[in-house]
Amino acid sequence: MSQTAETARKAEHDDVRKRWLLSAPALAIIFMASIGPLLVVVVYSFLTPGPYGDVKWAFSTDAWISVFLQRDIFEGTLGIADAHLQIFLRSVRLSLFTTIATLAFGFPTAYFIATRPQRTQALWLFVITIPFWTNLLIRTFAVQEVIRNEGILNTALVGLGIISAPIQILYTDWAIAIGMIYVYLPLMVLPLYASMEKLDFRLVEAGYDLYATRFRVLTRIIVPLVKPGIVAGSILVFIPSLGAYVTPRVLGGGKQMMLGNLIELQFGAGRNWPLGAALALTLTVIVMVALLFYVRYAAQSERRHG
Amino acid sequence: MPETPERNAIEVRGVSKVFGFGPDKVVALDDVHVAIRENEFFTLLGPSGCGKTTLLRLIAGFDFPTDGEILLHGQDIAPLPPHKRPVNTVFQSYALFPHLTVAKNISFGLEMLGRPKDEVDARVDEMLKLVRMEELRNRSTAQISGGQQQRVALARALAPQPKVLLLDEPLSALDYKLRKEMQIELKRLQHETGITFIFVTHDQEEALTMSARIAVMSAGNILQIGSPEAIYDRPAVRFVADFIGETNFLEGSIEERAAGGARVRISSGAVIDASVAEGFQPSGRVTVVVRPEHARLSAEGGQLAGRLSNIVYFGTDTHFHVELDGGGEFIVRRQNARDDRGTARIGDPVSIVIGAGAAQVLRD
Repeated sequence: MSQTAETARKAEHDDVRKRWLLSAPALAIIFMASIGPLLVVVVYSFLTPGPYGDVKWAFSTDAWISVFLQRDIFEGTLGIADAHLQIFLRSVRLSLFTTIATLAFGFPTAYFIATRPQRTQALWLFVITIPFWTNLLIRTFAVQEVIRNEGILNTALVGLGIISAPIQILYTDWAIAIGMIYVYLPLMVLPLYASMEKLDFRLVEAGYDLYATRFRVLTRIIVPLVKPGIVAGSILVFIPSLGAYVTPRVLGGGKQMMLGNLIELQFGAGRNWPLGAALALTLTVIVMVALLFYVRYAAQSERRHG
Repeated sequence: MPETPERNAIEVRGVSKVFGFGPDKVVALDDVHVAIRENEFFTLLGPSGCGKTTLLRLIAGFDFPTDGEILLHGQDIAPLPPHKRPVNTVFQSYALFPHLTVAKNISFGLEMLGRPKDEVDARVDEMLKLVRMEELRNRSTAQISGGQQQRVALARALAPQPKVLLLDEPLSALDYKLRKEMQIELKRLQHETGITFIFVTHDQEEALTMSARIAVMSAGNILQIGSPEAIYDRPAVRFVADFIGETNFLEGSIEERAAGGARVRISSGAVIDASVAEGFQPSGRVTVVVRPEHARLSAEGGQLAGRLSNIVYFGTDTHFHVELDGGGEFIVRRQNARDDRGTARIGDPVSIVIGAGAAQVLRD
């Protein structure tokens, strides 16, 4: 082998080693923060619960079985775990509702901001982010204060004679939905704004010029062009909604549980860590499946329009 | 030659457009009147900020006039939104829909009009053929060149068969050679489709070569409307003479008035005959214009005398800069021929002969 080829090979070798070395910190963080904990959860979900929480190192699939099935105490037969199923369904339903509602409120908001003059846009964005300055728990209690039976909303409606008795909103699914919409709205507005800000509004003019009504301009031009923002915003709202803990706890009153509360229950009062771990993994799987469907759907409609 | 129909496609009556309020207000258009005939290639020409694009946007419906009427075939369209006007626009930026293919861009307007699918498909095919883009019908608009995008923009605006096509500096983004090609292409399209074209440009050469008539605009006003020849040969005011082509300005005073003309004594003492626009009665001090190619150099016997100060060679022609005896500079342009280079040298005393009817008295 010639001298130069040898040198080149050595240089390449060095280069590869250097690259591994340079990316080591990033890889370490990814492992410690993401893959490592996930592995711990996977392992725990196949163990036996200890009497005071924690786990006993004995292999068991009981946790996974009880995620979906429950043993009838009297007959000893296995049936579908209705309680869990209901919580799954409620979580998915409320998260979908929250995503759609934040999109409905967030889209006009983002459009409004994106069509302001450059200087005022920054001000509006600033206003949108103000709620982030307050602790989530305090914001959730504030929502409770508004919607409870003796709260501002009911008092005002009764006072105005619109309703005769307070409406029970608190501790219902509606309360959870209102709370989540309020908390996650900025997460929808910001990515929507980011893609609308890049939108060339001359295309909107071109649409009007070519006989499109305002509605058609919205559906045929603006929505397809800001789709990346819609996808990003929906993902950012849907995922934390599924695992929401504080909002359903405070506004659902512990009666209307969501997945996050169920998981917390297993690690706390339930003292069934393996079941908690199995439920947490189930949540992860639901999120992944939902994302896969969503991304594929978005790509498909992209192709249909393109 | 076919007779030009006398019907007006667009008539702009006393249109003003004011942006902003109070001390910040900008008068973009100031009581503009213009009538554009059917099947005409009409150009709005002027420097940037003269109001030409504003006028186009008012006709398209993107903005609404502060005052005045815009008639399309006799009907006031000023209050109508853009999607209710049978007028389409070719945008300066083309504004092609990036999420749609070439064919889908072209069919957009027809689909919005709710035309049946067969008709839309047939029309798209026809348009693709008209702008010679058949092979690229399924391409994304991001995958085609600037010149091709230009053609798609044209096809898209022509597909719904508008009564009037508005073109907002559509050639400004193209390089010189492509621009020349598209000028010819545009004229062909206008001829083939028979649609009224209203073309906005700041390029005087583009305006002269393409238009049937030109309106020269400045500071929100239309200064002169006429054929390219009329605008070039008989500019009414100094701005028009200065903006279009190169011009010699001579200051002088009226010696004697005659029908359609006047004798003007210019500062150097020489007297020249100049034409005067119809209905204009010049008096006192005036400005006379002479185009450089309407004068020629001679050894003696011309109306003006001076000394050759510079010779600039342009390939097709040569410019002779003459320092006039009474002060001021005068440029004479001569068409070049291979076997006739001339013998003039810088510093030579020369005489300038101004052709009959070449001089014109300006209105201001």
